Amino acid sequence: MKRGVLLLLPVGVAFAQQSALDPAGPYAHRIELLGAFFLGLLGLIFLVVIILALLSLTRRHRGIDQEPLEQNHRPSESTERRLTRTVGIAAAVTVLILLGLVVISVSAGKATSTPGNPDPANALVIEITGTQWWWQVRYPNEDASRIVVDANELHIPVGRPVLIRGTSNDVIHSFWVPNLQGKRDLIPSHVTTDWMQADHAGRFRGQCAEFCGLQHAHMALWVIAEPPDKFETWRAHQLQPASAPADPVRQRGQQVFLDGACALCHAIQGTAAAGQVGPDLTHFGRRSTIAAGTLPNNKGNLAGWIADPQNIKPGTRMATVPVKAEEMQPLLEYLEGLQ
Amino acid sequence: MNSAITTQAASADDVAERGQLDSVWKNNPGLVAWFSATTHQAIGKRYIVTAFVFLLLGGLEALLMRLQLASPENTFLGPSRYNQIFTMHGTTMMFLFAVPVMEGMGIYLVPLLLGTRNVAFPRLNAFGYWMYLAGGLFLYGAALTNTLPDAGWFAYPPLSGPEFSAGKGVDVWAQMITFTEISAMCVAVELVVTILRMRAPGMSLNRMPMFCWSMLVQSFMIIFAMPAVMITSTVLLLNDRTIGTHFVNPAEGGDPLMYQHLFWFFGHPEVYIIFLPALGMVSSILEAHSRRGVFGYPALVLSLVGNGFIAFGLWVHHMFATGLPQIGEAYFTAASMMIAITSGIQIFCWLAMLWTGRLQLTAALHFVFGFIFIFVMGGMTGVMLASIPLDLQAHDTYFVVAHFHYVLIGGALFPLFGGFHYWFPKFTGRLIGERLGKISFWILFIGFNATFFPMHAVGLQGMTRRIYTYGADMGWGTANLLSTIGAFVIAIGGLVFIVNVLRSLRQGTVADANPWDAGTLEWAADSPPASYNFTHLPVITGRYPLWTAKDSRGIVTGLRPDRREVLITSLMDAEPHHRSTLPGSSIWPLLTAAGLAIGLVGSVAAFSWYFVMTALGIIGFIGWFWPRPPLDVK
Repeated sequence: MKRGVLLLLPVGVAFAQQSALDPAGPYAHRIELLGAFFLGLLGLIFLVVIILALLSLTRRHRGIDQEPLEQNHRPSESTERRLTRTVGIAAAVTVLILLGLVVISVSAGKATSTPGNPDPANALVIEITGTQWWWQVRYPNEDASRIVVDANELHIPVGRPVLIRGTSNDVIHSFWVPNLQGKRDLIPSHVTTDWMQADHAGRFRGQCAEFCGLQHAHMALWVIAEPPDKFETWRAHQLQPASAPADPVRQRGQQVFLDGACALCHAIQGTAAAGQVGPDLTHFGRRSTIAAGTLPNNKGNLAGWIADPQNIKPGTRMATVPVKAEEMQPLLEYLEGLQ
Repeated sequence: MNSAITTQAASADDVAERGQLDSVWKNNPGLVAWFSATTHQAIGKRYIVTAFVFLLLGGLEALLMRLQLASPENTFLGPSRYNQIFTMHGTTMMFLFAVPVMEGMGIYLVPLLLGTRNVAFPRLNAFGYWMYLAGGLFLYGAALTNTLPDAGWFAYPPLSGPEFSAGKGVDVWAQMITFTEISAMCVAVELVVTILRMRAPGMSLNRMPMFCWSMLVQSFMIIFAMPAVMITSTVLLLNDRTIGTHFVNPAEGGDPLMYQHLFWFFGHPEVYIIFLPALGMVSSILEAHSRRGVFGYPALVLSLVGNGFIAFGLWVHHMFATGLPQIGEAYFTAASMMIAITSGIQIFCWLAMLWTGRLQLTAALHFVFGFIFIFVMGGMTGVMLASIPLDLQAHDTYFVVAHFHYVLIGGALFPLFGGFHYWFPKFTGRLIGERLGKISFWILFIGFNATFFPMHAVGLQGMTRRIYTYGADMGWGTANLLSTIGAFVIAIGGLVFIVNVLRSLRQGTVADANPWDAGTLEWAADSPPASYNFTHLPVITGRYPLWTAKDSRGIVTGLRPDRREVLITSLMDAEPHHRSTLPGSSIWPLLTAAGLAIGLVGSVAAFSWYFVMTALGIIGFIGWFWPRPPLDVK
């Protein structure tokens, strides 16, 4: 089915990092199936209409240079009756087709907005808060010490329905991971929900879909679907505070972080840094990207990002904090070491 | 009944009457007189030309965007500039081009098609044009001072609110809406009255040309839809920004979703406001080019009216991703698909006309074929978007960008170009060049599909709208490059069109009154029409008066030629009711519009300018309505 859809789209079939045409879960799969059906049926109707229109050119057509034509002509009564019947039938068929499409669309809508698993208590709840221009990710828990806070990356267990509960801190954003599910707006003062599920392990890219200002283009996230046991290991690790740096270079780096402006905005559990404005950095070193999917996470990119964030992501809320040249290396070592 | 109606042909001895009519109706030479003109031909042409200038500006903005997106990680435009340009592109195309150009066509053509001399409220008509022009100049004047809006043509709060959009750009945007809405309301009101009460005697509603039906439905839609956007842009958004009302500010208990509901309650009908007149043009072109009467007249009329109603019932399909309750969403899916029934019936009727017509494959008919191809495809993707699950994947991606360009360019621009080719001899007195017309059609058609077809694919592959750049690893580069090339092909097609128009204006074959042998009344007037349209107002006995035998055509007599007198007829059957004298030229519509414009522009700086606006407006209206000597005294 997937190949079938792709064949109908003549261009850009090259590998795309995020695609509704490459579903990796039951919801996205159902939608793709529905889309393929719509596309096939409607494409056929389109072809019929165009062929009829073009065939009319071959019928009794006299070119403009074959004047004089009679001023106007009146098709015979029987022709008009036949036309009326044909148009009537076409209209009736249109109504029936659309009725059918409404029914299958609504049933697909129901299926893609409810958990596939009969036991929703089994679902994993993840809270997403859109912020200009990054994603705060939170795994709520009745036990406050078991709440996981992360940013720009969602880890989910394969095969288990995930309930996304979203809102926004500032303007309207939209959470969209096309390989897994359609999008859902994140609206300040509202909480919206959506179900998501991955069928197999993998990394799936998502992106903000609602225009949210200057850096709307650089507001991406990654969903990492893992087998349940790996997911639990990950969660257990996330619950740990950052380990204290052992070597002097990283100790120096931590000092730079805590003494400078960094800690005003960022939190690192296990240290005095408790800023709530920017992403939590407790396990920063384990993330794959910097600045909400803007750059791969490595020391070189991180150095560039810290030194001049406005150059990489013009308009970003990340402050340009002057870091002395000799302090940069320890800071990088410290941050990248936050595993 | 004051005026006698004879069914005999007019006597040839009209010269004296024509002279009298001419001296009463014609626009005098001179600058002040030019600014005072209130004839529908003058105002209609001004709308069309002005809107075309905005089309060029909007097109230029599109080219800038396409340049930026031609390759990944491009740095041609930064995020701030890019956001301004896509906001200007959408705003220009929707508010300053598409609606006004359709209104201009309506203002110019409706009185001719109805067989009358002017629209019902000529000064209001002039006033509406000046407000529109002022709004356009205001927005682009702000561009010169680098005060550009950058929150999109929809300006969703809170992004468009005072906290996240500092500066005056969004204020300018919101107040520009006020200008264009006032203008649209003026046109809508006067066209409704003109169509309902100024039809030629005998032109009962079921004999009215399809184009007039489409303008009637469109005008009613404007009357119901435009107040919603004035509330969103002026009352909610602008007041939140300038005097802190917090209507849509979530931080103070306002609701940003309320804004979206109201905006799309306008915004969806807006699409039909743009393309219903185009559907009327398609019928007109097909009648003349298939040389047969319109097929399925009642079905076409009912479909237009149905479109007009249904269009108000499906605004939520712009908001599926906001997560409204399921049951409501199912309703809006069904309503959105229902519009495909009424649109489908119209397509079927036109196919029937093509099928049984004797086609003249002119440039105008080329554009109709282009319309069928592009619009039907856009309609199909529209049905897909009505389905909530599909919409949730496609919403706010380039799939939607492709869809609405197919619907709006295919559904409105191609018929408009077709109509322009068709009525060009009426507008100018010369035929438009057929060869260049066809060449421009093919370039536009190929360029259009090259630009927008790939967007379907790249949208489903995850490319979201309104992003100023994308990574090289996203796999979107090829499709975007193709779209950019296509955009420049469209630009070339536009240039060929302009060259053709300019050449035809100078060297085109001089056209007689009815170069197409068409059947409707506008072709009974001279090409271009005299300022009073018809020496004698016609009397109608069928849908195609010019296709009936010459000796059975009647005329109205008894109207005074020494003042701007028109015949008012009854609503349903167009029976003569009374004579009415329309006001003549006046500078006051311009002065009033200028006074209001000064206040509205000032209001962006400070609220107190509204008082200036009120004062200047009152002065303007006093001048406008100042009692004049009895009309008999000339």
